[in-house]
Amino acid sequence: MQQVPALKIDGITIGQSLAIIEYLEETRPTPRLLPQDPKRRAQVRVISDVIASGIQPLQNLSVLKQVGQENQLTWAQKVMRSGFNALEQILRSTAGKYCVGDEVSMADLCLVPQVANAERFKVDLTPYPTISRINKTLLALEAFQVSHPCRQPDTPPELRA
Amino acid sequence: MTESGKPILYSYFRSSCSWRVRIALALKSIDYETVPINLIKDGGQQFSEEFQALNPMQQVPALKIDGITIGQSLAIIEYLEETRPTPRLLPQDPKRRAQVRVISDVIASGIQPLQNLSVLKQVGQENQLTWAQKVMRSGFNALEQILRSTAGKYCVGDEVSMADLCLVPQVANAERFKVDLTPYPTISRINKTLLALEAFQVSHPCRQPDTPPELRA
Repeated sequence: MQQVPALKIDGITIGQSLAIIEYLEETRPTPRLLPQDPKRRAQVRVISDVIASGIQPLQNLSVLKQVGQENQLTWAQKVMRSGFNALEQILRSTAGKYCVGDEVSMADLCLVPQVANAERFKVDLTPYPTISRINKTLLALEAFQVSHPCRQPDTPPELRA
Repeated sequence: MTESGKPILYSYFRSSCSWRVRIALALKSIDYETVPINLIKDGGQQFSEEFQALNPMQQVPALKIDGITIGQSLAIIEYLEETRPTPRLLPQDPKRRAQVRVISDVIASGIQPLQNLSVLKQVGQENQLTWAQKVMRSGFNALEQILRSTAGKYCVGDEVSMADLCLVPQVANAERFKVDLTPYPTISRINKTLLALEAFQVSHPCRQPDTPPELRA
């Protein structure tokens, strides 16, 4: 697909972030990233898919290149506002401390990076209080900090934490 | 659920995402009722307040089952797999499961969202065909390469999986947008094999309750 991420693990290479995460969950099951109950697992997957299919692909680099530089900001903001409207509504019925109840799940792994994208494109987050609250709670966790774009081997010096 | 207790599928005959779920329901012999949501009539019935309450994404498919409503076709299929596990739609081996999910995600995240109705509306009518073809060719290039290492009779080995449920509707989209399939012999072969199966036929867009008369099989 000529995209990141790709993970080389156990003798195979897997693309597609959610396929990677589901593989990690099945082969390294603790701590869990998906609840045990099938209905809650469905909620986690719905939220993850809303972000990974419904929002991000429409505002990724290759699509933005195609809409043209003068349209990029408007397009990206429209896509994200539309998606966040839906997400905010969904989260109001699924969220506890995190996206689904009180355990960190694959949905939370999708939320934080998407909120960061929204901030980069100057999307006003005021209409999305649930998204904002959960995002803030998650960013305080170590795993979300060590993995942050500002702390990577390839982070440019001027953006480093 | 209906009074009879059957699941309810909110579906549009030609929606490729709805078709994926229709195939899953057919393969697992799950009896259900269809509530057609016309994506074009009345400005798009998916935008009604009533439907938005059911599915905030304002998209089809949505499945009302076991007291909950689930949107997102792959989330629906994974739920069906976990609660009605036979026949399987995902292999047992984690590496093969990963292959099935990669192929499904390439289609459900990498191709289809970029050529769905709401995106095409935004690119403008004069650009739609070129845009849709470009998206699909690009995606099918990758898919053809992936399938060459995963496919047997079907997308992953010799058992029908969630990947196959995604492939056939996407190929139908490609045909509607006049994408030449000659560069993709593996995709074409698998598509042809799958279309011969009953579940792929009963779920076909030309056989749905909301199929317009002129498109009916």
